[in-house]
Parts: sequence; structure tokens; C-alpha cells
Amino acid sequence: MSCQLKGLGEEGGGGARGRARSSPPGTGDRSGRRPSRKRTYKAKNAPGRRQAPPGQKEQAGGSPGSGSPRRKQAERRGRHREQLGERERGSAEKTCGGRRKRDGRASLREHQAPPKKEKEVPRKEEMWKQLKKHRSSSSASSTSGGEPLSEEELARILEQVEDKKKLIATMRTKPWPMATKLAELREAQEFVEKYEGALGKGKGKRLYAYRMLMAKKWVKFKRDFDNFKTQCIPWEMKIKDIESHFGSSVASYFIFLRWMYGVNLVLFGLIFGLVIIPEVLMGMPYGSIPRKTVPRAEEEKAMDFSVLWDFEGYIKYSALFYGYYNNQRTIGWLRYRLPMAYFMVGVSVFGYSLMIIIRSMAGNTQGSTNDGESDNFTFSFKMFTSWDYLIGNSETADNKYASITISFKESIVDEQESNKEENVHLTRFLRVLANFLIICCLCGSGYLIYFVVKRSQEFSKMQNVSWYERNEVEIVMSLLGMFCPPLFETIAALENYHPRIGLKWQLGRIFALFLGNLYTFLLALMDDVHLKLSNEETIKNITHWTLFHYYNSSGWNESVPRPPLRPADVPRGSCWETAVGIEFMRLTVSDMLVTCITILLGDFLRACFVRFMNYCWCWDLEAGFPSYAEFDISGNVLGLIFNQGMIWMGSFYAPGLVGINVLRLLTSMYFQCWAVMSSNVPHERVFKASRSNNFYMGLLLLVLFLSLLPVAYTVMSLPPSFDCGPFSGKNRMYDVIQETVENDFPTFLGKIFAFLANPGLIIPAILLMFLAIYYLNSVSKSLSRANAQLRKKIQALREVEKSHKSFKSRATARDSEDTAKGNSKNATQLTKEGTAHHPASPSQTLDQKAQGSRASSSAGRTVSPASQHPGVRPDSGQAQPQARPWRSASGRSAQKPPH
Amino acid sequence: MGNKQTVFTHEQLEAYQDCTFFTRKEIMRLFYRYQDLAPQLVPLDYTSYPHVKVPYELIGSMPELKDNPFRQRIAQVFSEDGDGHMTLDNFLDMFSVMSEMAPRDLKAYYAFKIYDFNNDDYICVWDLEQTVTQLTRGELSAEEVSLVCEKVLDEADGDHDGRLSLEDFQNMILRAPDFLSTFHIRI
Repeated sequence: MSCQLKGLGEEGGGGARGRARSSPPGTGDRSGRRPSRKRTYKAKNAPGRRQAPPGQKEQAGGSPGSGSPRRKQAERRGRHREQLGERERGSAEKTCGGRRKRDGRASLREHQAPPKKEKEVPRKEEMWKQLKKHRSSSSASSTSGGEPLSEEELARILEQVEDKKKLIATMRTKPWPMATKLAELREAQEFVEKYEGALGKGKGKRLYAYRMLMAKKWVKFKRDFDNFKTQCIPWEMKIKDIESHFGSSVASYFIFLRWMYGVNLVLFGLIFGLVIIPEVLMGMPYGSIPRKTVPRAEEEKAMDFSVLWDFEGYIKYSALFYGYYNNQRTIGWLRYRLPMAYFMVGVSVFGYSLMIIIRSMAGNTQGSTNDGESDNFTFSFKMFTSWDYLIGNSETADNKYASITISFKESIVDEQESNKEENVHLTRFLRVLANFLIICCLCGSGYLIYFVVKRSQEFSKMQNVSWYERNEVEIVMSLLGMFCPPLFETIAALENYHPRIGLKWQLGRIFALFLGNLYTFLLALMDDVHLKLSNEETIKNITHWTLFHYYNSSGWNESVPRPPLRPADVPRGSCWETAVGIEFMRLTVSDMLVTCITILLGDFLRACFVRFMNYCWCWDLEAGFPSYAEFDISGNVLGLIFNQGMIWMGSFYAPGLVGINVLRLLTSMYFQCWAVMSSNVPHERVFKASRSNNFYMGLLLLVLFLSLLPVAYTVMSLPPSFDCGPFSGKNRMYDVIQETVENDFPTFLGKIFAFLANPGLIIPAILLMFLAIYYLNSVSKSLSRANAQLRKKIQALREVEKSHKSFKSRATARDSEDTAKGNSKNATQLTKEGTAHHPASPSQTLDQKAQGSRASSSAGRTVSPASQHPGVRPDSGQAQPQARPWRSASGRSAQKPPH
Repeated sequence: MGNKQTVFTHEQLEAYQDCTFFTRKEIMRLFYRYQDLAPQLVPLDYTSYPHVKVPYELIGSMPELKDNPFRQRIAQVFSEDGDGHMTLDNFLDMFSVMSEMAPRDLKAYYAFKIYDFNNDDYICVWDLEQTVTQLTRGELSAEEVSLVCEKVLDEADGDHDGRLSLEDFQNMILRAPDFLSTFHIRI
């Protein structure tokens, strides 16, 4: 610092510090030195004084709480200071040279760090005050016992010091080069060190530092935790990788697959934990009762692979299927109510799936309404925030480049689609035509399936049918599933939709096709079940009679009790539940295999062929006919959805199905990721996935509902088999609940349940629900309408603001010119400042934004000492950049009088 | 303690801590990173404020920067004379701004400077084209690039003067959801 400061430090600062160190906020020893009449006042006002510092910033004179004696004192003090000021002015002349040097330095610095200008002025002012104060304090000690440090001054120093401290604290957020920051920092620190003592406030720094440290740690912890969380998300990197090469629409399939995997994992946990494991641990072992034993006729082949592959033999009589479970009410030492658990798990599988789908749909819609803001800046955000500066790996960087390029292309496609003007009539005609063609296709395929199913029913009555005739339905369905989607896609090319909308149409159409397949399959299955049910009665009689004859037949030594009939020999029913479970199991496995083979043949081999035969082929394979396959989003999504439908339908009759499905999803995740990256090419028109996956979710919900229907029907209206499964011997499966309620719950609960099950109560409840749905629906509709209106309003406001701003910027430019002309006296100075001002103007605006309040307060200070109205504070609106030249000039002139 | 005292004085370290978002340890680590870039150039004693600059070629080859399409701009913005050669102070400045503790406004200010290729305090069409080309490695066609630039100006240019001022830029970046998470370099 300059010699002036040093001099001050020796002369006054030393004194001030020495004095004030011993007396914290100016009460202690001063009151001791004071005459006794003042002591009473002090004692009265001490608390008020002590808490003054925060309040003093606003009203330096006296707080409303302090009465007239205080004001008088202040007046007296003011007069006293004036006298002292007169006296000291003479002595101040001596040090003036030093100050001038300082001024020179300050103005020099003004060029390199303009934001400091505002601070410079108050500081000079402050020097004056300090000077006065020291004089007054030193003279006070020698002359009378007058007040050494007026409240006003104290407040001002305090404010200054606070300001500097704030500057030190926020130094790192200043957009200045390091050299400037260091110089500023040194100055501020010296200032604080010098005058902080006078106020006795040095402890806050440590606390502040501690708080900063904790904040830093917290941020770091949060970051680490976030990293950890993202690392915990499985396959995140794989999916990101795919997204960066194939765009978000392909990635959305994989995200959906991952979500599905999670759901299945939960279902798997539920079924395994509550049904299969208790049965295996506590239930009766294999071979103990007929339903848990392979029948004698099948025993020889029960371990053959071909039999096991069809889920017959040992697998059929295992805990994977419904038939294995016993109808004992409780099992094991835990007295676990297995039939009850089985039923409840079956219900909760549906309940959980329904809940999770609805929740995720709701979450998606919420997310989609939130980011309305980003619609306005799609391209800007892509341009300025898409590069991740963290990337420090060239491979990742390559991916990022690819993904940015693709995301730009996606947005461009969106943009072009929205701008496209075309022949409306032609498009309409083509769309109608396409829909007509597709409906024809659907009807044709529906009829074909119907025809084939009818035929197969005839075949099933005949003996020794060929392999083809036996499997005709499956083959026809597979063929339809294989050839219809591409056909639809070809037809859809007529429609000329945006690819995203086109994808939805395609999904809907294939959905209809698959649905037809599924329901014909179900109908065939139902026929089978009814056939089995009709045979059941006779088998039941046969079993009964066999056992009866076995125990009552003659020719056995009567003295020895007969050993029970070997379980394998007991004739038994066909157990339609297990048969249904096996059907679904087979379907799932064959579906998995078909998927694998399609990928291997259709994608991988094709890619290999195109890649390697291209060297010796007569046309360009890569650009020409076969080329590489594109990733078939719609087919894969629907495959996944229908597969899940199978799982939902089958899991009640085959608890092990979910386990198989988990494996299937896991393998298909890895397999498809690999296949996509190795043998597919991005779509020709890369398009963004729709913001929410709600379309997929909606389809899934529909499939869930559709698969709930047959299960509910069988549970509610078909009698369970008499000799297999947890519900055997009951009239209906749901009787298990009634049984539990009657036997295990207190009677009043049973009564309550019976009361609740009364139709008189259920129908009003359903009605109430409908009313609630209607009400909520209308509320949400009105809300969304309001939302849309608000958004429109915001848009309009933005437009207005834009035009207004462009107008204003022109106006302010003119304005500043005027002020520059008006101040002809300081013209040279101003132009100099103007040049220094201009390059740093961005930093100033930044400064303002960051700490608008601080800027405004410093602006207030520049004005207030000059006009001698410490209480008046101009509002922040005055702290505009264009007002700056004037302000610095006025600050300068305000400085003049003391000179 | 030995090492710290020989490189910086206690006061220097304190000052650096006040001027950056780093702790003492991080400052020392950054110093050694800096020193590693040019061991024969950078002295191990900074108590006397030696004026040493590490050339851009070495700065740009740091693993944190070498894959960044804007590395040259970053170095230019933070260097004293805009040539990309950096002193230790510049170096610390750069990583301080890029640290995740830095507030949005500070980052936005420097991001603006980085994307302002021709240093005219406005992001004009040419700057935008440069940015897109860097970001996509020139894989977009000329029409696509110009379409993108046009759209950006359309979205973010508040006063319709055909270029983005700092204010426009800040206004836009204020709403960017992932600006803070992407505009930082971990060191």
C-alpha cells in the first residue's frame, strides 16, 4: 500500500486498533472513561448498541427505539466532530501528497479493473472519515471526554469492512484475470485487517471458512453420490453408447427393456420368495404324493432331453408348475399358509405391475410437462451445452461427437417436418389408402388364423397327423408375424408421416396383428381346457375306484395292513392348470429362440455377408440392395410387450416362468446390445424418441389388461383340478380367501368381509369411483387448458420483451451519447473512461447479475456521502451501466470538497 | 509441510485459495500438473513471482483438454494475451472457473468468451458456425449448419440484432438444464 496508508496505520490506526481491541463494540472502557451521567445512558443503551451493527446499515443516526437523549447526544457529537474536522483539516494537508499519489494509483487501476471504481470512491471517502476519527479519538483521549467514535462512522466502517469481506469471499467468483484478483484481494485484506480491529469482528472468518469447507464437502459428496447412483444404473454406459450412434429412439427401446427387466426382477423376487422357496424348503418332498411324482407310464422317458425340452417329465412335476403344489392349508413349522400365499402372490403380481405401469406413466407425463421451457431453446442448448467438458477419453469423445451430430440431425428433421408444406389432399388420399390396405391385411390375417385354428381342431380329432399339420397354427402365426410388419412398413411409406408418428402407427398396427394371434392362441387353449375339464369327472371316478379296489381287493393278507399305493401308480387327472403353464413356458422359450435366430440370421449374417462379400460382388452391397439392417424398433418393442403379456398370463400357472423371463431379458439385453452395435446401421432419418415413453407404456397397460382377463376368468369361473395344485378340492380357486377368513380371522372380521363383499356395497363403491374418475379427469383437463394458456401467454410476453428490448437498446445507446455530450467539462476524462469502460462492460453486467444488491448498495454509498443523506438509498434500478459514467464523475466531484 | 513452503509462501497460497475455488492441496496438485507440463521451463519456486508461460501446445495436450473441441479457445480466453500460452495464474484461473464450485454466472461469462471465436464481444453467425463445425467435426452439410445457426439466433437473440450479446447468452444459459454439469473440467 501507499505510504499514506502506512502513515495512517502508525498514526491513527494503531491507536484505534489498540483502543478498540480492548473494547469490543465500543462500549467497555469508553464508558469507564466517561463521566457518570453518561454511564447511566450507556447502561440503558448498551444492549441496543450491541445489536446495532446489522441495523445500523440502514439508519446510521439512531434507531427508532432510542429516545431523545440519544439523538441529542448524536447532535452533540456531530458538532464536536465538526470542530475537530476544522482542526484536523490543517494537519490533513500534510499528508495530502501521499493521498494524491494514492489517487493516481487508483485512477490507474481504474483502467484495468473498472468494477473497482465504485469501491474506490467510498474508500477514499472512508479514508477521510477514518482520518477524522483518529484525530477525534486521539484528541478525545487528550482533551475532553467526548464521544470518540460516532455511531454513524462506526456503521460506515462496519459496512465497509463487511463489504470488503464480502469482496474477499466472492473474489473467486469475479471474472477477472488472476493478477487483478490478487491485487484486489491484497488491498481488501489489508483494509479489513486494518479496520476490523476497530470493530472487533475477526471471528466470523473462521466460521465462514468452516462453512465454505462444509459446503464444498457437501457438493463433493453429492457429486460422488450422484456418480455412484449413475454407476448403479445397470447398462447405462451401453445404452449411452447406443444412443450416441443410433439416436434416442433406438435407445428408448433399450431403456424400456431395462425397465422391464427391473419389473420382472421384482416379480421374480415376489414369486420365488413367497411361493417357490417356501414350497421347496417346507413342503412335502418329491415323490411323497401322486401330484409330486412322475406317473409310472412316463417314468422311463422322464429324464430324456427331448421330453424335458417340452417341459414334460421331471420338469412338469416340479415346483416350476402349478400342479406340484399341495393343498395342505399350512406347511412346515412356520405353519406357512401356502395356498393362501399362492393366491395372494398371483393377485399381487398383477397389482404390482398395474401400479408400476401407472406410476411410470404418471411420472412420464409430469416430466413431459415440466420441460416446456426447453422447447424454446432446443438448438441453443444443443449448441452451447451439449459438449461435456469432462470428457477426457478419445473414444468417449468420438461417441460424443457422433451423438451430438445425431441429435442435431434429429432436431433438424423435426424442424423440417414442422415447416414442410405439401399437397394436403394428396397426403390425405394416400393416408386413407394406406389405412384401407392395412385393414385389408389385418382382416386377411385374422381370417387366415381363424381358418387355421378351425383346421387344427379337425386335425386334433384325427389320428396320426403329420408334424406340419400338428404345428400349422404356430407356423402360420410365425410367418404372419414375420412378413406382416415389413409389409405394413412398406404401406406406411405412402403416408409420409414424421418418423416418430409413423413409428406409433406402425406400433399400433402390429399390435393389432399380434393381438389377433394372441387371442386365437388363447381361444385354442380355452377349448383345450374345457375338454380337459369335461374329462375330469370320469378320471376322478377312475381314481376313486382304483384306490377303492386297491384297498378292498381280496387276495391280500388281512393281518398285515396294506402299504399305501405307490404315488406313481395312482391314476390322475390331466391337470389343466399345469398344461396351460406348460403352453406359456413353451411359447416363451420358442419366442426367445426365434428372436435369437432372427437376430443372428437377419442381422448378423446379413451384415457379415454384406461386409465381406462386398469385395467380390458385382454391385455395391452396402449401398445397394441388401445393405445392413436397421434396428427394428417397433417389432422389438412389441415383441417385448407381448412377451410380457405371456408372462403375466402364465405366471399364475407356472411360477417358474418369471425366472425364465428374467434370464431371457438379461441375455437379450446383452445380445441385442451387441447385435445393434455390430451389425445394424442407424435409421436413414434419425429421429428423436418421443419425450415420454408413454406410448410404450400405454400398450403395455393394454396388454396387462388383456392378459388379466383370461387369468381372471379361469380363476373365477373354472373349477380347479381335483388332484393337483394348491386349490385342489375346492369349488373355485378364490375359495381359499373365504376359508382363511373363516378359519384364521376372528369372527367379526369375517362378518365385515362378508358385508364388504355384498353387491349392495360394491356397486355404489364402483359408482363412486367412476364419479371420482370423472371429476378428476375434468379437473386435470381444465388444469392442462390453463397450463396451455399460460404457456401461450409466456410466449407472447417473450415476444413483447424481445421487441421491447431491441427498442430499448437503441434508446439507451442514444441516451448515453447525450450524457457524454452534456458533460463537456469532463469530456476528456469521460472518453478516457469510456475506452477503459468498454472492453470490460460484459464483466460489469456479470457483476451486476451476480450481486445486484451489492452493486446497488455501493452505488448508494457513492451518492450518500456527497449529499449527506446517509438514510437515503437509491434503488437498484439506478445501478445501470449507462448511468455509470455520470456516477463516477459525480463521485469524483463529491470527493472534491474535502480537498 | 516442506514442499509447500518452497513453492509458495504461505501468503501466496492463502491468496490463491481466496481467488480460486481450490483448497491448498488442490492448488499444489494443480501446480504440479502445471509444472509437469514443462518441467524444464517452470521453476519449483514461485515465491518470487517468476513470469513463466507454458506454450499452448503443451496445455492443449493435457488429457483433460486434448479431446475438447474448444481447447484452443479455452486456452486463448484464459491466457493473458489471447495466444493460448499460459502462466500459472492463468492456469489456476482456468481450472477454477471450470471447477464445479464455480457459480453459473461466472461459468456463463467465460463460456460466452469461449464461444466468441473472434473476440468481438458478440457471438455472431460466424462464431456459431465455428461452434457447430467443431461440435460435429464438420459432419453436417452447409445447409444444415446454416439452418442450425439460424435457429439458434432465432431462439436466443433477444434484441434481434443478428448476434448474441452476453445478456442474450446468459438469458439462454440460465435455463439450460445441464449447463452446469457439462461445463466443468474435473482435475
